[in-house]
Amino acid sequence: MPAKSDRTILLDARAMSRALQRMAVEVAELAHGTADLVIIGIQRRGVELAERIAKFIEKDEGVAVPRGALDITLYRDDLETVGPKPVIGETRLPVDLTGKHAVIVDDVLYTGRTVRAALDELADFGRPKRISLCVLVDRGGRELPIQADVVGKVVKTGPGDRVEVQVAEVDGRDQVDLVR
Amino acid sequence: MTASLGKDLTGLEHLTPEQIRLILDTAEPFKEVSERPIKKVPALRGKTIVNLFFEASTRTRISFEFAEKRLSADTVNVAATGSSVSKGETLVDTAKNLEAMRIDMVVIRHPSSGAAGFLGERIRSNVINAGDGKHEHPTQALLDLLTIRDKHGKIEGLKVCLVGDVLHSRVARSNIWGLTKLGAQVGVCGPHTLMPRGIEELGVRFFPRIEEAIEWADVLNVLRLQLERMEKGFIPSLREYYRVWGVTPERLERSPRPITIMHPGPMNRGVEIDSRVADGPHSVILDQVTNGVAVRMAVLYLLAGGRPELADAAKRGAGAE
Repeated sequence: MPAKSDRTILLDARAMSRALQRMAVEVAELAHGTADLVIIGIQRRGVELAERIAKFIEKDEGVAVPRGALDITLYRDDLETVGPKPVIGETRLPVDLTGKHAVIVDDVLYTGRTVRAALDELADFGRPKRISLCVLVDRGGRELPIQADVVGKVVKTGPGDRVEVQVAEVDGRDQVDLVR
Repeated sequence: MTASLGKDLTGLEHLTPEQIRLILDTAEPFKEVSERPIKKVPALRGKTIVNLFFEASTRTRISFEFAEKRLSADTVNVAATGSSVSKGETLVDTAKNLEAMRIDMVVIRHPSSGAAGFLGERIRSNVINAGDGKHEHPTQALLDLLTIRDKHGKIEGLKVCLVGDVLHSRVARSNIWGLTKLGAQVGVCGPHTLMPRGIEELGVRFFPRIEEAIEWADVLNVLRLQLERMEKGFIPSLREYYRVWGVTPERLERSPRPITIMHPGPMNRGVEIDSRVADGPHSVILDQVTNGVAVRMAVLYLLAGGRPELADAAKRGAGAE
């Protein structure tokens, strides 16, 4: 264990808000409007980010955007190897996904395994016409052929680094840190 | 740090309140899985589970089987009749033979008290007690706890009374452990012949009359009266039992508050419980059955033998995603 870690702020509250606003515009553009759009956050902080993005879109477009929450724990490929079993969050999908454009929202995209699990889980809820991926931070380091369609910030990191996302609803403030 | 359960679930007596809460909290998200269009998640893919039932059971066995299948485990049912058990093979030999075929978990129901614990100490697989003699039936008590928590929003401080054949009831014993650990007040009520001696030592209150229990309780958990008890002279007749101990609408009407009605099944309508009560507005008997699948999924998920020694290898280079 390193004795001392070095922490840099990647996004402060204002920068995070600007990034989410831009991401909302890009999501609406990607989906050609909001007709079939469903925004799905991955537990836990992805759910809060999805909520923010959906609100921005609702403000711009003046229509309600359905959103859901997805906990991918039971679809993880490493349940065998985790020590104490992870606590499972809520999964709630508001509509049948068949024929919809589902946008998955997560805080950090790293190995891609979480997204792989999310794709498997969504397939058990119907057959969306399209699934897109929207992440606040893309930190590289993929272990699977997966990439994001909408990205808040790209940052180069090493395997020992941590990207810590805080959102006001859960952590009391909005901030993204890189800890090396 | 999260609590964990260890290798086996043989009873609630030796669990901590935190471990019991962990199971109940984990059951919560599993309820939703059974409401999905595809009622299946891959969490236990590749695990093999044997349901080893040395005693008749419909509800518990089916509930476990649904729980296992909804977690994508592979399951085999072994009943005592028609297997090598009826040829005189011992419990441990049966289990060791199954283990030689590379199974991961055993769900066992057995007429002898302590059978699940005995087996758990002798095989590597995870063992889950689905009822052993008069000892415990932990998953039944856990689903009762979950149902009470759903209905009342809490367990602490509630007054829960177990009515009927407490003497022969593993359901009662597991309930007493679980409820007292989570801070409920527990009462028992039934004929003296069906009360274990020294029951008060478990921290429960004895009510000699059903009317008194009804006046006191927020929840009545009405135990099944096993009909063979009559032949053995514990009660004079079924009709008499109904007249003196039966939970009827007339008796419940005198309660100062609505009482939640539970029953572990199978019910003897018109013996321990009146049909109008069983089907009444305060009955949560079918919710218990629904919650049973979620609780058993939670137990299977929490026990499923992980290989923590691989955890470090997996974590290396993975960071905190």
